[in-house]
Formats: sequence, structure tokens, C-alpha cells
Amino acid sequence: MIYLDHHATTPCDPRVVEAMLPWFTERFGNAGSVEHAMGREAAEAVEAARAEVAALIGAAPSEIIFTSGATESNNLAILGAARFAKGLGDERRRVITLATEHHAVLDPVAALESEGFEPVVLPVQADGLLDPAILAEAMRGPTLLVSIMAVNNEIGVVQDLAGLGRMVKAAGAAFHVDAAQASGRIPFNVSEIPADLVSLSAHKMYGPKGIGALYLRRRPRMRIAPLVAGGGQERGLRSGTIPVPLIVAFGEAARLARAEGPVESLRLRAQAVRLLGLLRAEIPTLQLNGHADRRVSGNLNLTFPEGTAAAILAAAPDLCLSSSSACTSGPDGAVGPSHVLTALGLSADAAQRSLRIGLGRFTSASDIETAAASLAAAARRAAAAARAAAA
Amino acid sequence: MQRRFYFDANATEPLRPEARAATLAALDALGNPSSIHGEGRAARRLLEDAREAIAARFGGAPRNLVFTAGGTEADALAIHGLAGGGRVLRGATEHPAVIAAAGPQAGIIPVDPQGVVRLEALEAMLAEGAALVSVMLANNETGTVQPVAEISRLCRAAGVAFHVDAVQGAGRLPTSLAEMGADAISLSGHKLGGPPGAGALLLTRDAADRLMPLMLGGGQERGRRGGTHALPAIAGFAAAARAATAEDAASLAPLRDAIERAAVACGAVVIAGGAARLPNTTCLMLPGCRAESQVIALDLAGLAVSAGSACSSGKVARSHVLEAMSLGAGAGEAIRVSLPWNATGEHVSVFAEAYRSMAERMGRRAA
Repeated sequence: MIYLDHHATTPCDPRVVEAMLPWFTERFGNAGSVEHAMGREAAEAVEAARAEVAALIGAAPSEIIFTSGATESNNLAILGAARFAKGLGDERRRVITLATEHHAVLDPVAALESEGFEPVVLPVQADGLLDPAILAEAMRGPTLLVSIMAVNNEIGVVQDLAGLGRMVKAAGAAFHVDAAQASGRIPFNVSEIPADLVSLSAHKMYGPKGIGALYLRRRPRMRIAPLVAGGGQERGLRSGTIPVPLIVAFGEAARLARAEGPVESLRLRAQAVRLLGLLRAEIPTLQLNGHADRRVSGNLNLTFPEGTAAAILAAAPDLCLSSSSACTSGPDGAVGPSHVLTALGLSADAAQRSLRIGLGRFTSASDIETAAASLAAAARRAAAAARAAAA
Repeated sequence: MQRRFYFDANATEPLRPEARAATLAALDALGNPSSIHGEGRAARRLLEDAREAIAARFGGAPRNLVFTAGGTEADALAIHGLAGGGRVLRGATEHPAVIAAAGPQAGIIPVDPQGVVRLEALEAMLAEGAALVSVMLANNETGTVQPVAEISRLCRAAGVAFHVDAVQGAGRLPTSLAEMGADAISLSGHKLGGPPGAGALLLTRDAADRLMPLMLGGGQERGRRGGTHALPAIAGFAAAARAATAEDAASLAPLRDAIERAAVACGAVVIAGGAARLPNTTCLMLPGCRAESQVIALDLAGLAVSAGSACSSGKVARSHVLEAMSLGAGAGEAIRVSLPWNATGEHVSVFAEAYRSMAERMGRRAA
């Protein structure tokens, strides 16, 4: 079995598992129990991990709030920033995002309408990039918050965050970046990208599921209202017992990403180019969705000329990949054509013929050769079946 | 190295071996439970097995269980999601998670000196109208168990929804959504001996269907809580829920009672000693001795106890629980001793010795 679905989730790096294990068992103290040694030891480990996560994006440790994952970070950033500003009497109501965002951004933005805000969802170009002129036009009304993802989870497109961010700041709005797919995969530094809020996820960077973070800029200070209050952990912005083992693991994953990410990214780029070349040799009309160069290493989103993605997947049981975001493809959600691909202008039919490939840290050179052969054969079988059905 | 003894289970329980095994197995499961490929489906099976185990263990249906990041989020989800902005009534000794979610406008149901909710006061408050009542099953600081079945009857009669924060009681007392007559109960994995990072809100079908989500996106948990599931923590939570039985917890009561006898012999007073309590918990007041000094002295002797809840992130503040029980200055002189699931007789002898030596030294200083 070859795993090619690294945008849905990544395997936990064995070094990450090793780092976290002692914190499950012999060092199990509650990081809130500062009155005794076991609690203090846990609190110190949390702070060391916080420093690693901060370093990954060039932030200060005091700017990192731990959450249960990027979905919570996105909700906290968007709902929290809007509610805090409204509570202070801020008159601005416009909240802007892109049609290709993850549902964890689109849904809270849409929900703000019922609280008196004005959600605006901007279209993207056919290559998945945002036209800055469209953003400028949208920000002519008094704008509170703009949320733009760093790396798209389906098509891997990397937006010009530094440039767009400068426009957002010039307009006086707060800038949120969902970097769940970016951290450890592209250089991302808050000294270059003027984001006020950045969402991070551990399980997209070889850490465990159940832990994420929100970066909250200190200078100038970004203020948000908490979603979950109570014990006062994380400076009162996110209450709840701190999951020490998960945080230690996140810290180790961030350390590894900082150390190995740049080289890994070069290798993944070469592997993706190789895979695309092998597939195109077999299927010349294969279409690559999203900008060809401004995309994250290791991502390919491909529309096949014939045969549905479901039929291709069924014909390639040795490959583990998906047709779109994991979050909408499961039994919990409606299985429809990808909202990302339709935003690029693909027809529903073309979207149903599309597959997302995500290569990762443990993808080998031979995996690429095997996957290419298997996928090409599956595509041929699916195409033949589609032709037979049409005849 | 000094041997350390842990008496702070109400802050977090040590990981149970069953939970450790389940967590490690889930760490090896690669997929995202929302992916439809083989790996994703395997992860989904782990998730649904966990959901069934936890729902069955606590008297509810799997479809009405919402996984959260922990007990605090479950409390927030229940209160924001069921009260719909209406008036909330909550107990005076609730956990900060409930107090914060209920907000400053909430009606506060008073407690008696044993920490038990005053039912006649609740009845009068219900008569003025409310959307939701939130009362904990057992208190984290004193162990006091609330009469949830009677509270439920009052709420039913008034047509008001009832939420129970069962984080401390679950696994230590018989805990069933159906038998308690609650509309929703909050659960936490790490308080059962699972890893931190997973909890749940278990609801009746009616309550589940009208629950408003706190976090959106992704459509997980039937749209009631978005976000990729914390599978290793959830698998550990389920294993701990299976392993933690009220019978086993009851066997801690004799150890707890022996600890109390030793402390009382040194001049301590047992707070809420007259109430029905958690079998593993005691709250010991030593007149004239500041709680903080007691905790530090015991910590130096190798014993982990606490002065109150672990949640306040470094702030050792006066306990609102003990204040609500009208203990006056005594509120600043009480420590919480909570036995973990794996406590033995050695915990008793170690505690008795350390407490006696501490009480003697402090007594001399106080004298």
C-alpha cells in the first residue's frame, strides 16, 4: 500500500512518537498543577514545545496558543476576532475570505452573518490564485478581517501572502492565515508575512491528531474573544487541560520540520515532477489543476480525460489517495464535487474526474514509479469502463 | 532520586495500561477518519468503536455522542449549544469551565456547608424561568456528589434542560445519562485514566438534535463539532472508559478513609465529610496553616497534592468552592488529596508519615 494522501493527514514521525511517549506514562502530570514537581515538569515541557512551534514560523513563544487543531484555530481566529471587535464597539462588519478556503474557514465566516457581520467570499482565478485587484475592491467597504489560506489543501496553490497581507494591513483590517497545509512545507515567517492570526496543525506535519496552534501577533497586539473559557489556560484564550504529550509531540514535529523541511521540499518537488511526467507519458491530456509553479511541493491535483475519480480509485486499491478534502469526503459530509475545483471553473463532471495526490516525508523513489504505473493502469481501466457504459 | 507519590488524580489520572495500548495502536493507524480510502476507513472503525464503547458505558446512544478536545470544551458546547442565549442556572461550586460558559449573568444555585446544591433554592429559581441548569455530578475539590436525579426531576417539572458536568464522577461513580435523567453529560478522557486531549458530550437524542455547534467546518460529528478527530486520544479514552469501573473506584474509599483518620489525628478537619463523596477524594483543612505552605511542604517530601483545581495555570487563588461552602478563613487552609486508580496501601503510610511531620513542624511555628 502506498500512501499518497498527505494533505488529509500525515503519519506520525517515529521520532515524534518517541518524544511523546514518556509524557503519557511516567511523566503524566497536569501542566496546570504548578504546585508540585510533576506538574512543573510538564509545564516546562509545554513551554519548550511552544518555543519550537513559535520558531517554525518566526514568532515569539508568547504568541502561540495551543488548540485541538487547525479547525479550532480557524474558528477561534475568525469568530474570536469578530466578536471581540464587535464587543469593543467596532463598527466594521465586513469579513472577507476566498471561495477555495477550507470549510473550517468558510463555515465560521458564513456563521458570522447571523451575528450581524457581512461575509464576503471572493472568487479566485482559473489557476487558484487571488487577483489582488479583487481584494482591493472588496476592501473598499469598512473591513474587519480578511482570511486567506497559505496553501490550498486540494490544489496546493500558494497565495502571495506577503503581498496580500500588506494590502490587508494598509486597509486597516486584521489578517488571518490558515497555514494548516503550509507549516513545514513552505517557508512561512511572520516577520515577512504580516499576519495577525495564523492557524497551525500538528497532524499535517508528522505530528499526532488532536493538537494545533493559533499564532496571535503581539506587536501590534491582536485581540480575540475565547470560544472555550474556564480554567484560564493559554492566557484565558483557550481553557481546558493542556494535552502535554500531544504538545511535546507537536514541538518535536516543528523542530523536525524546521530542520528538514527545506531539503524535504526539494525532494518532494522532484518526485512530484517525476510522477507527473510518468503519468503524462501515458495520458497526454492529463490536466494539472492550480498554478503549475506556485504550489506546494508534493501536491498534484489532476483531472483525467475519462473515467471518474471513484472508478480510478476503485481500480487502484494499492494506492491510498482521495478525490478531495478528507473533511467532506467521509460519511459525515455530503459527497459532492469539490468546491475548490468548481471555484477554478471546472465543470461538475471534470471535478468528478479529478484526484488529489499528496506526497510526503516517507514517499520513496520506488513508490513514485509504482504509483505512476498503478495509477495509469487504473485510469485506462476506468476510461474503458466509462466508454463501455456510454456505448 | 526521591520516590514520588501521586495524590492529585482529580487534576489528571495516571494513564491506564489499557489506554496506553489503545493510544499507541491508534498512533500507528495512519488514516484520517474522514478519508474514504482503506486507511481512512480503518481509522473510522477505530473512531466508531470508541464512540460505541463510551456511549454504552455512560448510558447513551453512539449517534448522540459528540467528541471534543476535553471536558472544558464539552461544558462550553453544552451550555452555549443548549441554552441558546437563554438564562442559565449553575451550581455555586461548579468547575471554572461551567462558570465561564454560563457567564456573569447566570443564576447561582447556593450550596449547603457540605457543598450540596440546595434543592428548595433551585426550585424557586426555576419558577422564575430558565433555559438550562448545569450542576456537576461530583466536585473536583471536595468530592461532594450532587443529587442529580432529584435535580433532574425539578428540571423536568419546570421543562428546563439539564446538563451534568460528569468529568470527575464518571468512572468513579455509577454514571448513566439515562439514569441521571440529564439531557447532556460532559466527559473527559484523562480523568478516567486515558490520555489528555479527548473528551465528549453525551446527549439525549432531542438535545443532540437541537445542539448548536461551537466550532464549524468539515462536517465531522454530524456538523456538531468540526475538526479532524484526535484518534489516539479518543482510542485511549474509550479503553479507559471500559477499564474504569465504579466498583474498582469504591475500593479506594478505605484507603481514603485511612488517610483521613491519620490527618484528623494531627488536627485536620475533613471538609464535606458528611456528604456523599467520590471514593478517592478528601479535602483536608489544617487550622492555622496556609494551604500553599502545606502543598509545598508535601511536595518537598515527594507527595503531589494540590490546594484546589489544577486549571488556573499557575495562579494559586482562594477556592471559590470552599468559599461557597461558607468556610471563611478555613477556605485558605485546605488541601485536596485525590487518590489515583492505582493507589495502594503504601499511599496511606507515606501520606500519614509526611502529613504528621508537616503538621508538627507547622504547628510548632504556629504556636
